Amino acid sequence: MHNPKDPAVPLQPLLALENLKKYYPVRKGIINHTVDHVKAVDGVDLTIYPGETLGLVGESGSGKSTIAKLIVGLETPTEGRILFDGQDISRLSPREMIGLRSELQIVFQDPYSSLNPRKRVGDLLAEPLKVHRIMPAKDISREVDRLLELVGLPKNSRGRYPHEFSGGQRQRVGIARALSLKPRLVVCDEPVSALDVSIQAQILNLLKELQRELGLTYLFIAHGLGAVKYVSDRIAVMYSGKIVETGKVDEIFREPKHEYTRTLLDASPIADPRQRNKRRAFHSH
Amino acid sequence: MFKYVIRRLLIAIPVLLGVTVINFIIMKMAPGNPVDMLISPQTPAAALEAKRIELGLDAPAYVQYWSWFTHLLRGDLGYSMVTYEPVGRMIFDRLGPTLLLMGTSLIIGVAIAIPLGILSARRQYSKLDYAAVTGSFLGISIPNFFLGLGLIYVFSLWLKILPSSGMSTLGGNGGFVDILLHLIMPVIVLTANVAGRNIRYVRSSMLEILEQDYLRTARAKGLKETLVINRHAVRNALIPIVTVLGMEIPILFGGAVVIEQIFSWPGIGQLTMSSIMSRDYSTIMGLNLLAAVIVILANLLTDIAYALVDPRIKYSK
Repeated sequence: MHNPKDPAVPLQPLLALENLKKYYPVRKGIINHTVDHVKAVDGVDLTIYPGETLGLVGESGSGKSTIAKLIVGLETPTEGRILFDGQDISRLSPREMIGLRSELQIVFQDPYSSLNPRKRVGDLLAEPLKVHRIMPAKDISREVDRLLELVGLPKNSRGRYPHEFSGGQRQRVGIARALSLKPRLVVCDEPVSALDVSIQAQILNLLKELQRELGLTYLFIAHGLGAVKYVSDRIAVMYSGKIVETGKVDEIFREPKHEYTRTLLDASPIADPRQRNKRRAFHSH
Repeated sequence: MFKYVIRRLLIAIPVLLGVTVINFIIMKMAPGNPVDMLISPQTPAAALEAKRIELGLDAPAYVQYWSWFTHLLRGDLGYSMVTYEPVGRMIFDRLGPTLLLMGTSLIIGVAIAIPLGILSARRQYSKLDYAAVTGSFLGISIPNFFLGLGLIYVFSLWLKILPSSGMSTLGGNGGFVDILLHLIMPVIVLTANVAGRNIRYVRSSMLEILEQDYLRTARAKGLKETLVINRHAVRNALIPIVTVLGMEIPILFGGAVVIEQIFSWPGIGQLTMSSIMSRDYSTIMGLNLLAAVIVILANLLTDIAYALVDPRIKYSK
């Protein structure tokens, strides 16, 4: 990929995964010995450039969420490197990782379970600001208001508890929380798949808007192609722990190279019946 | 919330009434009466009859109950049929020792159960976890009277370092240290019970919370692990424990009957036992009313505490 301003200068990737592997041991028997490994992520290479959205698709269990957890340091890789801004972050100690938190954030899939039910929304948003000592205590309250406004929630939300919000609103809280530390890279781990279809579009639009305003870089993970097509610049297709295909959105949709990508494309519903018929004709061999 | 409490208190009135009626019926159905228990077999029948009339035991049962009830409405629990002391006075005098015993056991038991349960959950399947679970199993399974007698055997008879009964040494001045020494063994027995039950509750509640997604969120925020556990996990894990602790109070109250008997602790439990043995009707009724009030209040306090700690709970009306 080249720098859009000056095509001659190659752009430095913000995040690069090099031969990334994560194996989970399968233990059995009384002595609890390892009999096998589940290769959740099996040698993945991936680059994300500043300002772009990379869509990562694949079926459930293909290793997408494991990649998300590896990137934000909630899991340690079995092998391989994770380069963030040129620095390998895959072997950082928990203490060192805490320093990187403000750069790398994650929006979780399920907005119902990922917010502590006993804390007010205002406190949930203020907490990262407090523990990272980003700003003096007196400014935190104003910053919480700003974050709520940024994601389109009413100001009085801060005194309410998560259960008082709808799913879409809760995901807005999740996004505000991820953005509170002003990260450069946001990993969106299936951020809309737990929401109603009508709400999905709102959240996707919000993510796009925020990207434009704040210059964010996204890794957008989903199991279906619909949402990914809408938000992504490039798409990587994952299948049983490996990346099988990477390319620009229209390339992938126009001429998928890998058999699995074709299957995925066929599985995604098309609203327009004329388009639907066209595809059927195209694929009947 | 205020309305809710008032409503619950109003509901409590018929419940208390029902409890006293049922208790009265059971008590009357039990063989014997205060006079039989009081007087030697040689006493002439005429004297017995005179005593029965004096105590009002010749009247029909419903008249006796009604008499007790109307006195209660005036705040009068009547007089003991054995010692002739006012029942209210007797209960009040015994309340202190029982509260001391129960309160100490509850506080120590919970102080052991909460940290141990949390640690046990965080290090699931470790040696500490197995030790805690086994210990808690023992605490629940060993009968109070057995553990109590075992302790007396070891510490009083064999090692001779702790007093076997009472709350203070006879003829002594009943100082703080003296009472403390008498307190040790009964407290150990009740604490073993309280801690045993609650280690398991805390542990399983904590294990459930440790699986929650919002802990992952807290870690992603960049919180240190200790903060993740203390701020987000423990506080949520202790919500269900509030309910269980509320139920501890009635359980302890029941357990005290056995323990006070074994250690001759001059509390409510011992009074309950002796008044039942001597068929002291008015004292039994007073103690029963007290037990019912305690159970109802403990339940109400639990529900209120639950609403205070869990923002998702709101009581309507």
